[in-house]
Amino acid sequence: MEYDYEKLGLKMGLEIHQQLNSQHKLFCPCKTELVDDDFDELVQRKLRPTQSELGEIDRAALQESLRGLNFKYENFAKHTCLVENDDEPPHSLNEEALDICITIACLMNMHIVDEFHTMRKQVIDGSNTGGFQRTGMVATDGYLLTPYGKVVIESLGLEEDAARRVETKDGFTEFRLDRLGIPLAEITTDPSMHHPEQVREVAYMLGQILRSTNVKRGLGTIRQDLNISIAEGARVEIKGVQDLDLMAEIVNREVQRQLELIDIRNELQARNAEVLEEIHDLDELLEDTESKILKSAETIKAVVLKGYDGLIGREVQPGRRFGTEIASYAKKRGVAGIFHSDELPAYGITQDEVDKITEFLNIGEEDAFIIVAHDEDIAVSALEEVKRRANLGLEGVVEETRKALDDGNTEYMRPLPTANRMYLETDIPLFKITPDRVEPIANSLPELPDVKQARIIAEYMLSEDLATQLVKRQVADTFEAILADVDVDATPVASLLAYDLREIKREGHEIAVLSLDHFKDIFNLLADGKIAKDSVRKLAVETIKAPDTDISQIAEDNNLVMMSDEDVHEIIAGIVADNEEMVKERQMGAMGPLMGMCMKELKGKADGGLVNQIVREEIQKLI
Amino acid sequence: MTYKENAKNYIENYGLGIGDKIKVNKEDISYTGILLDRPEDADDGYLVIKLSSGYNIGVAIEDTTAELIEKGEKPKIGFGQTEIPYDDAKQNISIVSTGGTVSSVIDYRTGAVHPAFTASDLVKANPELLDYANYNVKALYNILSEDMKPEYWVKAAEEIANDISNGSDGVVIAHGTDTMHYTSAALSFMLKTPVPVIITGAQRSSDRPSSDANINLIDSVIAAKSDIAEVCVCMHGSLNDEYTYLHKGTKVRKMHTSRRDTFRSINAQPIAKIQNKTVEINPEYNYVKRGENELELNTDIEEKVGFIKSFPGISKEFIEYHIDKGYKGLVIEGTGLGHVPNDLIDSFRRAQDENIPVVMTSQCLYGNYAGH
Repeated sequence: MEYDYEKLGLKMGLEIHQQLNSQHKLFCPCKTELVDDDFDELVQRKLRPTQSELGEIDRAALQESLRGLNFKYENFAKHTCLVENDDEPPHSLNEEALDICITIACLMNMHIVDEFHTMRKQVIDGSNTGGFQRTGMVATDGYLLTPYGKVVIESLGLEEDAARRVETKDGFTEFRLDRLGIPLAEITTDPSMHHPEQVREVAYMLGQILRSTNVKRGLGTIRQDLNISIAEGARVEIKGVQDLDLMAEIVNREVQRQLELIDIRNELQARNAEVLEEIHDLDELLEDTESKILKSAETIKAVVLKGYDGLIGREVQPGRRFGTEIASYAKKRGVAGIFHSDELPAYGITQDEVDKITEFLNIGEEDAFIIVAHDEDIAVSALEEVKRRANLGLEGVVEETRKALDDGNTEYMRPLPTANRMYLETDIPLFKITPDRVEPIANSLPELPDVKQARIIAEYMLSEDLATQLVKRQVADTFEAILADVDVDATPVASLLAYDLREIKREGHEIAVLSLDHFKDIFNLLADGKIAKDSVRKLAVETIKAPDTDISQIAEDNNLVMMSDEDVHEIIAGIVADNEEMVKERQMGAMGPLMGMCMKELKGKADGGLVNQIVREEIQKLI
Repeated sequence: MTYKENAKNYIENYGLGIGDKIKVNKEDISYTGILLDRPEDADDGYLVIKLSSGYNIGVAIEDTTAELIEKGEKPKIGFGQTEIPYDDAKQNISIVSTGGTVSSVIDYRTGAVHPAFTASDLVKANPELLDYANYNVKALYNILSEDMKPEYWVKAAEEIANDISNGSDGVVIAHGTDTMHYTSAALSFMLKTPVPVIITGAQRSSDRPSSDANINLIDSVIAAKSDIAEVCVCMHGSLNDEYTYLHKGTKVRKMHTSRRDTFRSINAQPIAKIQNKTVEINPEYNYVKRGENELELNTDIEEKVGFIKSFPGISKEFIEYHIDKGYKGLVIEGTGLGHVPNDLIDSFRRAQDENIPVVMTSQCLYGNYAGH
């Protein structure tokens, strides 16, 4: 469904996190690779919220805030160090990562700050061992020109990626430290986009810009969040939008959700709806229930929502009801779900039982109830959340952080973060970004991928497929550097770089051994007619095995050098002579079998076209 | 304000102050935010601005103009005062701070980190302290641990003795970690104590959620209530936030530049392990029990003592220098069992002739020395 976005006052902004492909992490010398090995050591930690406001002593609140703040961290002897462990101060800022950000900033027409200050941003969900993420502002106030108008890029930050969450069990949340500290660029646009297609376009353009620089590729290396609101609704941040094609659908479904919630609010207000405080105990009432879920729980509790009847079951997104929204709040307190009167009887709860509950709770026709079955404290805590969310329904749309689901729907994650709690990271010196640093970068900005691809196709007469692969695999620069020096057909160069190298790597060879000079040497041999096209791949493999040996020597040692035309001629003449009878018998029909025999002998040492021509001549001499 | 020269003039010129909301205009961009102070060692060409997003940036002042948007409030420091309940049933513990910040408060508006120095501050940051004792908190001085001097040991020892005479059931000293083991050794010799004297600190600063300060502090209070009437160091026992060790003050040493479990008992076992608020005393340890000693204070300390490490190629000038400069005693860290090169012997004779005591120890961390 297409909405009148302008009338609704739709406003959207994007926030993109992209892992950078620097050699080392942002503040330590560890590699920026994820690790699948078994971990070497598990460190057990607690985090403690730091006192920041002038609050009174509240031990209960502290106790509550300390719940769930027990963590285990998987670390590695080889892949992580004491910095990730929060057992050593950070090392100095990774300048390679900073330079990648400067490149990105230039491509987005941004103003780079004069001095980069590393900040500590409080994050106590355990994903950072220190209880804060290190982050800094690299540039502000840039823009992109889109077919829908100019979009302002508010800021570009450089920060540490968080640790990878493994599992939560027995009161501990376990994280793996391999990802912690990988440099991330954080790009934020202003919330000025008004059409779903524009968001998609901007996300695509940002992706193109990022991919023209030295960033990581593949699943999980880029994370896109969408900020969205309509005039009468509220700001919602949708995390983890993976698929650009889903962007428009997500926007539409969020618009739908906000409109439905506004509608529900209006209806609730018209009915004078009210959430009652009391939490009722239904244990005695439902003593004999046949419902397995209810029977197996320690206690069954309920709350009354006056005036909510029919609205809890109202769909807010395809397949998601207002009740689903309420349930997702309750689930954060440890229950698997809730039961609401709009969906009962169901789940083994009979009409008879529903009637009994209705009578017990003394509720009228317009009223609803919600049941939770679990251990006493969890049930109470979950129903407190149910009441809170139901009450928020009276206000309409709630400011939330939500998670993008695969079908285009979204699910509640947590409240929107309050203003960033940040202060200076005193372990890292302030870093000046001088014109001396920026200018050389600004003067040699990379081409955007699609521009580069189009130019390569035109300039080198390559197929679109090969050109795409060269750009995608980030080997286009090597390709161009080889052809700048070697006068050789572009296709074998492109196909070695775009396809063969990957296979060679998969076979277990260390392709990083091959330098630009190695490539030039290999293709010089091809250009000089010393090796055949078919031998390029084999020669590359052999060069990896003996990178310091002269290339001609390698070709010779592996029998890859082409023979002189005379030698080829002599061999073919011999083969044809040996098969004189067959030639006489089959005439030109002998061509096929003879070619086979000759190529078997000459493969890699003579050009196929030449062999074909000589075989033909030799046959004709005999007939 | 720690702004210097150019930046200082600039700020004064425009009538700006730290904490003010200001706007700095450059040729093609302007920044609006709160003017913050600048680290003391940073240069004078930049202003620090906290943007509304919370980020700090440095703005080069050259070719800029500035304007005041709004005067800022003076940042409030500390937590404010709080009445701390007194419970007759609980023991009285003194907490003496020497500059190690066991607790701190962050002012997120300006990003400033303020140490917590009063009992009220401490209890606000660590409310669970109230479960264990009544507190008398004093900030004795505020120095970095590397700036520690013998005269401060004397001051601390006197303060501790004073607290004990006034009825303290145990004393906890908050201390920077670099020279914590020097202080623990010095206090061990200066004090005969009838109650526990526990020195503690943090390897990760107390402003961060992952700080080891809270656990070390709580466990130190637990130790200060125990039966172990000795001068001890109480710090993390492993990289985990799981237990702490109580080390004898003369047997402990900082062994790692940054790890939480940097303090180790050398040539000895820790006296006790503290886990889940329980003191588990090493059964082999023959410690001095609460009330066994009468309080005795000996602050007669000679500051002019030289400490010389022997090494291959050391010349006798190292010794001669100290004698010439009037040092009253020398401690030599010899190699192996306590050896020095033969070339030094004459200088030691001279020291002996001038009645300067020369004491030999070993630079090996483990084992005994010759003649023991």
